[in-house]
Amino acid sequence: MSLDDFGAALPRPKPDFVPALTPLVVALVVAPFIGSASSFVTLTAAGLAMGMMIFTMASGLTLVFGMMDVLNFGHGAFISLGAYVATLVLLPLAHWAQVDSWPLDLALLALALAAAVVVCGLFGLIFERLVVVPVYGQHLKQILATIGGSIVAEQLLYALFGPDQIALAPPASFRGAFVLGDAAIEKYRVVATVVGLVVFVGLTLALNRTRIGLLIRAGVQDREMVEALGYRIDRLFVGVFMAGASLAGVGGVLWALYREQVHASMGGELLVLCFIVIIVGGLGSVGGCFISAILVGLIDNYAGFLAPKLAIVANILLMVVVLLWRPRGLYPVGGR
Amino acid sequence: MTARLALAGVHTHIGSYHILQGVDFDAPAGATTMLLGRNGAGKTTCLRTIMGLWRPSRGTIALGEATLSGLPASAIARAGVAYVPETMAVFADLTVRENLMLAAREGPLDERRLDWIFGFFPTLKRFWLSRAGSLSGGQKQMVSIARAIVEPRRLLLIDEPTKGLAPAIVGGLIDCLNEIKRLGATMVVVEQNFRVAREVGDFVRVMDNGRIVHAGPMAEFVADEALQARLIGLSLDSHQ
Amino acid sequence: MMILSGRPPRGRTLQALVIAVTLALALAPFLFPGVKPLNVAAKVCVYALLGASYDLLLGYAGMVSFAHVMFFGVGSYGVGLALYGLGPSWGAVALGLAAGLAVSTLLALAIGLFSLRVQAIFFTMVTLAVSYAFNVLASQLDWLTGGEDGRSFRVPEILQPGFRLIDREAFGVALGGRQVSYYLVLVGCVVVFLALLRIVNSPFGRVLEAIRENPFRAEALGYRIVFHRTLATCLAAAGATFAGALNALWLRYVGPDTALAGSIQIATLVVVVIGGMGTLYGAILGAALFVVAQNYLQTLLGAVSTAAGDAGLPLLPGLFHPDRWLLWLGLLFILVVYFAPAGLVGALSREDDTTP
Repeated sequence: MSLDDFGAALPRPKPDFVPALTPLVVALVVAPFIGSASSFVTLTAAGLAMGMMIFTMASGLTLVFGMMDVLNFGHGAFISLGAYVATLVLLPLAHWAQVDSWPLDLALLALALAAAVVVCGLFGLIFERLVVVPVYGQHLKQILATIGGSIVAEQLLYALFGPDQIALAPPASFRGAFVLGDAAIEKYRVVATVVGLVVFVGLTLALNRTRIGLLIRAGVQDREMVEALGYRIDRLFVGVFMAGASLAGVGGVLWALYREQVHASMGGELLVLCFIVIIVGGLGSVGGCFISAILVGLIDNYAGFLAPKLAIVANILLMVVVLLWRPRGLYPVGGR
Repeated sequence: MTARLALAGVHTHIGSYHILQGVDFDAPAGATTMLLGRNGAGKTTCLRTIMGLWRPSRGTIALGEATLSGLPASAIARAGVAYVPETMAVFADLTVRENLMLAAREGPLDERRLDWIFGFFPTLKRFWLSRAGSLSGGQKQMVSIARAIVEPRRLLLIDEPTKGLAPAIVGGLIDCLNEIKRLGATMVVVEQNFRVAREVGDFVRVMDNGRIVHAGPMAEFVADEALQARLIGLSLDSHQ
Repeated sequence: MMILSGRPPRGRTLQALVIAVTLALALAPFLFPGVKPLNVAAKVCVYALLGASYDLLLGYAGMVSFAHVMFFGVGSYGVGLALYGLGPSWGAVALGLAAGLAVSTLLALAIGLFSLRVQAIFFTMVTLAVSYAFNVLASQLDWLTGGEDGRSFRVPEILQPGFRLIDREAFGVALGGRQVSYYLVLVGCVVVFLALLRIVNSPFGRVLEAIRENPFRAEALGYRIVFHRTLATCLAAAGATFAGALNALWLRYVGPDTALAGSIQIATLVVVVIGGMGTLYGAILGAALFVVAQNYLQTLLGAVSTAAGDAGLPLLPGLFHPDRWLLWLGLLFILVVYFAPAGLVGALSREDDTTP
């Protein structure tokens, strides 16, 4: 009477580790060309830090894209906004930031990050309602509308904050470097890496251990079926969009302190890197985004050392090579 | 708790295609109604329209006292309608357990319900923590059906459950469908396989060119070979 | 236009507008004497051609590419570097143009064939990334391209500002090298524009539209999608290359900011969308609106900003600052996308003959 096991399940596929090892492979392949071990360590640390920052910026984008097929070319605005929020928080408190006390400086950083999360989340909500919703489901119009939105947002930032670059120095205890033998690892880079890791772990736990996370993961694969199971996926999407904007803001804060300057154009430039990361990682996959962000960060730094003029080309080549190997990215999710 | 499903004058357009051209359809409460017809007759469109995945351009759909037409799919689902699509739509990267957890909106999975389901779908228990995407076609179908019955529902819409399954297990699935009938929900099942239709269905509706061209009890339909041949070009003995 | 196109602009207003703009451009040196207006007019011509070539891709083939400015840049640098390296001769111009077309075609082929491998969703993002990289590369390879500073070069004699065509003035305007240059740009743009028009109104163009509307059906009917899309990319690239070459000749300078900047790609997009996608002559109207706005809107904004500042209003002086003209154009752009997706052409057409 029972349907027993007809046709054994396909042999349980081993978890796909190969893509996860690519950063390691790249690092090992490049190492001999770098020459000195100390340079290699410094570059790798820099690459990891950059990767973590790009990851926070791109993670929201991949979920939004993967879940609702929404191409948000305005995502860069959230990055820039986060950076400006950092200036609003940290510049007035500059005298505190001068104090060489890492608990205090961590608190300041946390404050800036929290402010960015709130402000960018709110702005994300406004952007979603005004710019994304009216063109929902139409790819071409989405691209056009979100580009229009990004232009307007960038200009608004200039109007509010002025067209010039704003200098922003990291708090005192984050400046300088740890010295390991011959290698110098900038302290701020370590901080940024830790923040990025926290974001990654937090996101992964939220996606895998919570009901909302379950809904999001299912929604990325088959939005229609999630609706047919009774969930208002458009409400969920607003939440994901806002979270993506907040994460981009966090990335913006980290990047601003890294580059020690803030300008509205940085969002647009970083958006290109974000696109490369989410394409290489696979749409809708946070894990894929994490791996590919590390790859991009490492390659950017190694190429920047070995052939400075070709650094950006190196990442384009990465994208082309990965797409030829795996046309849907390293860890594609769902039916797209 | 169970209710009668009634469609009146339902039209559905998809782009410029006019698929449902005035469907008057009813599925009696608590019984299983088979929806038969040629490929392209509009059967899947009919189910999707009831589920709210496509908006009817005209007409009304009611489940008991409640009007479903015009509501979004999520609201229709919350009104007690469960959908087993032709494509099964199993969440491949989620485990079998997670697939069922999603379907259980009311709260944690009901143990007794699960045990009953495992009774006729033992494979689900074996692959409970496996990625649903690694299951075979027949097993995915089990997941999809299990999702629809893991909690009480008033209406089950099942689209071609035996499609693509090996003939040997069709018999097993028929038994399972009959077991599910014991829940007493109103069921609408689209089928191309006439054997499944006659062994599971209480009532039959035949669709052609976006309209219902015949409606009646299954027993009568089974007895009338001439009618079968005319409507779906099959006789009782084919599609075994 | 009537001769070459099976679909002339419909509606009196629209026809009048297109004719008016074309006439204004044709007689620009005489209607608007002076350095700045002629610059504006030349830019309108170039952007009209650039927009039209992009419309072939976006409006007719339905492909959203952000690499279009790359072809423009290749045309500019081709002619510019040839004149820089080989001296001011027509041979250099021809060589530069030919080289530019060759490189553009190769790039277009690469992009067209690469699009085979990747999903449509990726295509747009990939073209953005490639274009950005190209821009950075041009700046980095300063031994070749002059880097950020670009290259200034001399143009053939009759195009040089000092040249005098005839010694007397015609209609109050001296006919010198600038005017000759302008007519070279105008005629060049017109010729290539007409060629593009011929292409979109040919069977090839109709197949492109069929592919845009329903790729599956088109493929089922036997059309080779990849071939058509790749050819469309190459033709559009060629159009943009011409536009870039003419731009370089006009400016007598080539650099990343005038040849490869992301702002040029955005401008192209704005021109085509506001003008009207899938019409080609929409690009003429869009270019006129955009370039005029770029140059004269700022004056208007400046007046508003000063007034707001004088009135002591907060925030407004910043919002209406002349440098923020793109903010207002961006808002207009969004409004057009929402409410008038067929652009100016669609809004003014009598019959709904244009694409959605």
